[in-house]
Amino acid sequence: MAPFDYDSLVTHSEDGARRFEAAVEGMTCAACIGEIEAGLRDLPGLDHARVNYTNRRLALEWRDDAFDLASAFERLRLMGYTVRPFELAESEREEIETSRFLLRCLAIAGFAAMNIMLLSVGVWVGGDIDPSTRDLFHGVSALIALPAAAFAGKPFFKSAFTALRAGRLNMDVPISLGVLLALAMSVYETLTHAEHAYFDSATMLLAFLLLGRFLDHAMRRKTRAVAANLAALRAPLACRLSSDGAETVVPLVKIAPGDIVRVRPGERLPVDGVVATGASQLDESLVTGETKRRAVACGDQVYAGSMNYDGALTIRVEAANGATLLDDIERLLEKATNARSRYMRLADRVSRLYAPMVHLAALSTALFWLWRGASLHDALITAICVLIITCPCALALAVPAVQVVASGALFRAGVLLNSTDAIERLAEADTIVFDKTGTLTSPEPRVVNASGIDAGVIDLAARLARASRHPLARAVAQERPRAEPLEAREAHGQGVCAMVEGVEARLGSPAFCGLEDEAARLGALEDDLSLVAFRHGERRALFQIRQVLRSDAVETIAALQARGFVIEILSGDRIEAVEKIARALGLSAWSGGLKPAHKVARLEALRAEGRRVLMIGDGLNDAPALAAAYVSISPIDATQITQAAADAVFLGERLAPIVLTLDLARKARARMRENLALSVIYNLFAVPLAMAGWLTPLIAAAAMSGSSILVTLNALRAGASPLHLSPALRERAQLVALADSSGQKTRMEAAR
Amino acid sequence: MIVLLFLIPLAQLLGLIALGAFMWSLKRGQFDDLDGAAHRVLMDDDIEGEHER
Repeated sequence: MAPFDYDSLVTHSEDGARRFEAAVEGMTCAACIGEIEAGLRDLPGLDHARVNYTNRRLALEWRDDAFDLASAFERLRLMGYTVRPFELAESEREEIETSRFLLRCLAIAGFAAMNIMLLSVGVWVGGDIDPSTRDLFHGVSALIALPAAAFAGKPFFKSAFTALRAGRLNMDVPISLGVLLALAMSVYETLTHAEHAYFDSATMLLAFLLLGRFLDHAMRRKTRAVAANLAALRAPLACRLSSDGAETVVPLVKIAPGDIVRVRPGERLPVDGVVATGASQLDESLVTGETKRRAVACGDQVYAGSMNYDGALTIRVEAANGATLLDDIERLLEKATNARSRYMRLADRVSRLYAPMVHLAALSTALFWLWRGASLHDALITAICVLIITCPCALALAVPAVQVVASGALFRAGVLLNSTDAIERLAEADTIVFDKTGTLTSPEPRVVNASGIDAGVIDLAARLARASRHPLARAVAQERPRAEPLEAREAHGQGVCAMVEGVEARLGSPAFCGLEDEAARLGALEDDLSLVAFRHGERRALFQIRQVLRSDAVETIAALQARGFVIEILSGDRIEAVEKIARALGLSAWSGGLKPAHKVARLEALRAEGRRVLMIGDGLNDAPALAAAYVSISPIDATQITQAAADAVFLGERLAPIVLTLDLARKARARMRENLALSVIYNLFAVPLAMAGWLTPLIAAAAMSGSSILVTLNALRAGASPLHLSPALRERAQLVALADSSGQKTRMEAAR
Repeated sequence: MIVLLFLIPLAQLLGLIALGAFMWSLKRGQFDDLDGAAHRVLMDDDIEGEHER
């Protein structure tokens, strides 16, 4: 393996300290924290090694030039951890900042609310409190509340201001209005030595809302971090060939058009370009959906994401010139993404109704009291009381609280949400469109006739297969995941051989092992079959390898049909191949040989029929379809562009998470509606009180916190699921998903 | 009621100290890895020779 060019990812701070971050794979328990940190402690020159267990990341800091990053990585590799260098995406950095800002706001609002409550309780309880003491308490409350609200209210004020400037109303408008009016009125009342001040309500409201917002944000950040780690782990690295022939491995972002990149057999192409030297077979199923391999030679156009089968290639990287397949996909993707941003969230729809209604109620209250002969001051105070009590605390918590609980439950089940409104849209889906290659079938081809082959033969073949990087050999190796690799010699483009018990054992093409006749007989029957031959003296075998259905595909489709979903397959693969899969799954609606634009057109047609389509796909050619559908899910072993286009991604080989996601989404949506209903009921009781002018600060405080707590408790029910996976199971699911098929040693083995 | 003139500022001061401590720890990144912190407290890495196992 060529050396990795780490320097491009080291960040230098002003005081000369250098910092490097990496995602660590294989961290399964808390003991790993100590193991990693202690293991690196005595490296010369290293100042600081700190594991972040929440994010599964490692940060290294040093000043000394004596420190060698490569040796740190080597040591971690020996301990059994896979380390992938990591560049914090700008978006994630912003998220961290926002999260800290919200926490700061929350702390200040909480501090203010508690201290003001301390004073307010005195005023409420001490009925015969003398007016000057009451004024002192109100004055101190004002001193705390005003600066606290000015700081902690910023997230709401800003969002409300933006919305108003754009001529819209969102939930933050009535919130900001309620808080500001409550404060202004309370200051006026304090100055005029009046009895009631609402500083406690205003600050408590902010504290509750900030708590909801912070939790929502924290959950999203956690999911993003995991997704970013996974992206780094299976990620875009490329082996660059410099002009003097030296090879260095660099992150993909550092590759420029015109560079020469080397791709070995068994690797995926990291870039688009033209073959400069070499010839090979490419599996482009991820790009086009087609499962038949394409032969390429010098001068052919090749696409990122294709799997290189036979020979080493060097590729000249091309800038996108507007004509390649990828550009087409980009264009379709952009169009589709624009089309979808029109979705309006449940909470926004409610606030669009709610905000004008409460403002109207306040106005009519003021007018009513004026008409009844009340003074202008009293009429205004009553109107403001209506605005304070309708300040949509419970309403603003109703949806995010459920969202936090539901996405937490999904996270534990190995499903990560990309977009905030995904849950609502998932709950509304009524039609499911599957891609075939890599989605219904497992991403890697499998041996299908293992039961017909002698177990001893498979043991030996798997050990031989470990020595090869050929994708078909990996399928054989997968039959015995714990096999010890053999010292084998690789015959280029044919197979591997090794001496076992004095006899040569061979694994490779049928010709390499002298099994052409049998192979020809089998190959004539089915043409999507790949064969790997094995020979050891008199023992011989032919491994039949092909794309197979994911292990629970049949059950999952049946479960989805039982829930009333209409299911369809849209694939870019050959029609015969799609038909076979559709028949195996018992589906009558399917089409094959589709280009990305055809898939989008089909989805548009379904939308025109009034269907809400959930698209599930993984290939590059699915990315536009994923973005065009009403909502979309993608398996995480897919390409990055697909993951980015999907609303949710799931881990692991099984399709079961799809059923679980849909169930949870529907449940969560039911909870959201209940919560909205609860907050409306709350208003039905509280608003008449305020309109009648009976509202006191005590009632306001009790009603608001009561309704908020009620809504939050109800939201918690969204996560209580019988399908709930234990942490151990989740870890296993992630491990299975991540386990590199090329034979990764477990940490236990490495430690010995 | 003179006592209030002492007690109210005192209560606020104590609250402010707590708020300051929270802000300080937030700035120091102590809230960045809550899961890790929960486990680190149980580690015996301060006992000599323990990690030589």
